[in-house]
Amino acid sequence: MTTKSLKILASAAAVAFTATIGAAQAAEPIKIGAFLSATGPASFLGDPEKKVLEKYVAEFNKAGGVLGRQIELTLYDDAGAADKASSFVKRLIENDKVDVIVGGSTTGATMAAVPLVEAAGIPFISLAGAVVIVEPVKKWVFKTPHTDRMAAEKIFSDMKKKGITKYAMISENAGFGKSGHDETLKVQANYGMTLVADETYAPKDPDVTAQLTKIKNTAGVQAVINWGFGQSPAVVTKNYKQLGIAAPLYQSHGVASKDYIKLAGDAAEGVRLPAAGLVVANQLANSDMQKAVVVKFQKEYQADFKAEASTFAGHAYDGLQIALTAIQRAGGTDKAKVRDEIEKTQGYIGTGGTVHMSPTDHMGLNLSAFHMVEIKKGDFVLSD
Amino acid sequence: MLSSFLQFLISGVTVGAIYALCGLGFSIIFNASHVINFAQGEFIMIGAMSAVWLADAGVPLPLAVILAILVTMAVGVLLEKLAVEPARKASVTTLIIITIGASIFLRGLAQEVWDKNFHKLESFSGETPINLLGAVLMPQTIWVLGTAVIVILLLAWFFNRTLEGKAMLATSFNPLAAQLMGINTKRVLLISFGLSAGLGAVGGIVITPITFTAYDNGIMLGLKGFSAAVLGGLGNGAGAVAGGLIVGIAEAMAAGYLSSAYKDAVAFIIILAVLVFMPNGLFGRKGTERV
Repeated sequence: MTTKSLKILASAAAVAFTATIGAAQAAEPIKIGAFLSATGPASFLGDPEKKVLEKYVAEFNKAGGVLGRQIELTLYDDAGAADKASSFVKRLIENDKVDVIVGGSTTGATMAAVPLVEAAGIPFISLAGAVVIVEPVKKWVFKTPHTDRMAAEKIFSDMKKKGITKYAMISENAGFGKSGHDETLKVQANYGMTLVADETYAPKDPDVTAQLTKIKNTAGVQAVINWGFGQSPAVVTKNYKQLGIAAPLYQSHGVASKDYIKLAGDAAEGVRLPAAGLVVANQLANSDMQKAVVVKFQKEYQADFKAEASTFAGHAYDGLQIALTAIQRAGGTDKAKVRDEIEKTQGYIGTGGTVHMSPTDHMGLNLSAFHMVEIKKGDFVLSD
Repeated sequence: MLSSFLQFLISGVTVGAIYALCGLGFSIIFNASHVINFAQGEFIMIGAMSAVWLADAGVPLPLAVILAILVTMAVGVLLEKLAVEPARKASVTTLIIITIGASIFLRGLAQEVWDKNFHKLESFSGETPINLLGAVLMPQTIWVLGTAVIVILLLAWFFNRTLEGKAMLATSFNPLAAQLMGINTKRVLLISFGLSAGLGAVGGIVITPITFTAYDNGIMLGLKGFSAAVLGGLGNGAGAVAGGLIVGIAEAMAAGYLSSAYKDAVAFIIILAVLVFMPNGLFGRKGTERV
């Protein structure tokens, strides 16, 4: 390389450098606050969510930010404790003065934050599952994940197709399991279903054959639904196989990750569950508008983290996208305007499905966001 | 009818054997120092996680098991050297609190060294259920029960027949007198932590094909194991096994015949009732203080 071309290169670099500095100085950064359960019992939710937020905020910034402004992410780890979540949200609002909050890995943490964001008037997109977050509608609160009620409805519509009317339920007696259990009971009548056996277990129980034996001995059970998270659905699945129960076993969307199949092994063969498109990204029809989005996200996540992107990682991605596009449309970070724009989100195609929000629906997903999948040869296979 | 009863019983025995094996680990350190080691659950977890990690890395299972036990024993010895020994002049209560701190530390460490996911270990003799009059029994349950029995026999032999074991009991009864008789009490405590850790690891590894494992699995297993040990009489091997089986079978019967919602309550009521009438547990010796 000659001296002359080196000089040109150097001056070009200097120009580019000052240009970026200029832009950064011109505008305040957009402040996104997050509180996630990155450690603790719900870390399987919070850990991928944290990775996704950090990765995509960095990527947005590399591409020049939003509205020419850089994005500043302030992230706290609530370790799955609602009281910690509450104090971190206070800190996000009062000290960090964030423009929008994305977070709340668990329903407990989210509900602890709700009164604070409602009082302060800050747009908040939750990453937790339960219906109570958006029902009744709260002015400043939105959410990206599917609800347990939708999962129950999807399972029931699949059962109906198979001519099943009597089912049994075995659920974890805490958090997710309890909520899923209650929502299932609320919608069963809409599908003409009757619950004939209702069993529970503790999240860390090593064996549930006693409960399953009772279900097995109950007359008329045509299918069984299990509500649980983490290791317990794998324990249930293994015990189910050991007892040789013939009725089909339905799991919830809570187990839609490869970890479940790995833990339960052969016993998971034939298990059916509702799952987001992300889980079966490559199997979606090419005409499915969601396919490009989920395949791309799955590829990017795997390249960076050497692991399969779970649906929880997808919820964080959707939350961030919805927040940033709303800020873009609002033309700034005025909180009321951003809130209105989030509520106007129409046809956003995310990892969880196509989102149509409205003043009466702060989640914006319908049953089409779920696919029925069956586990075959150790993999999720699209089955609807 | 009979087959349901048998299935409930087998479920109870499976769970009970797991509690028993976890409870056994408490007895050695208790016998040596009257300290209840609340990091025992973490020994169980470290044993299981190391074995899973080694097995996943391609180490043959028997070798992985032995290495995992050695790793856990090393952790136990280090814990004694670095945390308990510097405070050995402190009261028993202080030492117990130190073990609680250690348990939190070890859990955090496991999260960093390994990860936060659940892991499994293949069953030692396959997953084909054994049919017993219409009820099914998993081969791994027999492994857990067999291991518990072998561990009790070894413990009995250790405490009653070996010099080390007798030195340990002597230290627990009266450290000063033991020291005067030429027993190295510092070493006794060190050995007790090493052995307890090893025992915890054995338990953790044998039960993992049934329970799975994760960095925080030690909490529940330690607690249930502790309940089993207290019910049977702390420091008594056979007591811990009896205690574990009673709790496990009570839980399964309650789930089977009453309602699964009352399962845990029934187990705790039994523990409370026993401790009210027999404060030293079912097999515990009466605590007599000689002045």
